[in-house]
Amino acid sequence: MAKSLTQEFVKGLWDEVPPFRLVLGLCPTLAVTKSIENGIGMGVATTFVLVGSNVLVAALRKFIPAKVRIACYIVIIATFVTVVELLMQAYAYPLFLKLGIFIPLIVVNCIVLGRAEAFASKNGVFRSLLDGLGIGIGYTLALMALAAVRELIGTGALTFWVTPIQVFGPAYKPFSFLVQAPGAFMALGLMLCLMNLAGKK
Amino acid sequence: MGDLFVLAISCILINNILLAQYLGNCPFLGTSKKMETAIGMAMAVVFVLVLAGVFTWMTNTYFLVKYDLEYLRTVAFILVIASLVQFVEMFLKKSIPALYAGLGIFLPLITTNCAVMGVCLINVNEEYNFMQALVASFGYAVGFGLALILFAGVREKTLLARVPRPLQDTSIALVTAGMLSLTFLAFKGMV
Repeated sequence: MAKSLTQEFVKGLWDEVPPFRLVLGLCPTLAVTKSIENGIGMGVATTFVLVGSNVLVAALRKFIPAKVRIACYIVIIATFVTVVELLMQAYAYPLFLKLGIFIPLIVVNCIVLGRAEAFASKNGVFRSLLDGLGIGIGYTLALMALAAVRELIGTGALTFWVTPIQVFGPAYKPFSFLVQAPGAFMALGLMLCLMNLAGKK
Repeated sequence: MGDLFVLAISCILINNILLAQYLGNCPFLGTSKKMETAIGMAMAVVFVLVLAGVFTWMTNTYFLVKYDLEYLRTVAFILVIASLVQFVEMFLKKSIPALYAGLGIFLPLITTNCAVMGVCLINVNEEYNFMQALVASFGYAVGFGLALILFAGVREKTLLARVPRPLQDTSIALVTAGMLSLTFLAFKGMV
């Protein structure tokens, strides 16, 4: 159990990258990875909720009765999601419109509840903070990687912020299959295959 | 009446919740290894989703909008869904034990099924009236069940196939789901 603080942070970046290693939080992974911009936005929003809920759950872990703990976690998570929703409406409205219902749906993202139950309810505040941050950043990177593949091949451009940057030039015929629903499933499936090839242990 | 029928068809096939809207994928992959669990999950979702759609619609219309509390929507909806699931579980345990035995383990999982929460939010965002919300919830739920059961059938076959090692398990399941999603894409031009 005695992992160092750095290990708590780093494990989220490779060993336990949520969508690939743990196969959790798939719905937003598939839905928002049409462009890198969306991937980053979703990743940052989820990271904020993860860190906030992890810290609060860890701080309150001695006061929350075991029997109603899941309900308590959900209320804590929902509160942070509401905060993100309002913040995005105020400062990043176009992105909020693009991500649509997937921002309120962070409430039911199994990664967040999973970390609260599996980690934050048993560990101190600082450790939970690092854990949330690590998993959140890992998740963001995973979203970006998948989005990069889909957007580059699907449209021939990459969108980091607002304007797309053309990569392949005008002669490229976009393989638009990849930005549609079936392409999302297949791209993620093949990516998992690559991760398996790259190996874990 | 005709409009409602078109709405139902579009919710079941064209905007299929699993394969076109990307909602509820965790149980989609989690419970599709065996036909039995897939059927159990599908039934539990139909049952809860229709109830949840109706109750969250009422919460939103008669409570949140009336008192200008729309910013609490996320919190309110998840609480309604969680307590509804709990209530349904207790009710079934007491009065219909046979059904409870079948759905039992799937019910608590539904609280964190994003298909349920997602449909409730879609109903509100699209500003459906009561009948439309009811039909849409039912349509999405049936679409979920249909896709899940079809997928479970395909997946049982892939268990017997010789799949390259890195592609095994979730990886091949996702690729299969992609193909299934491709067939549902063909419904797009229908309405």
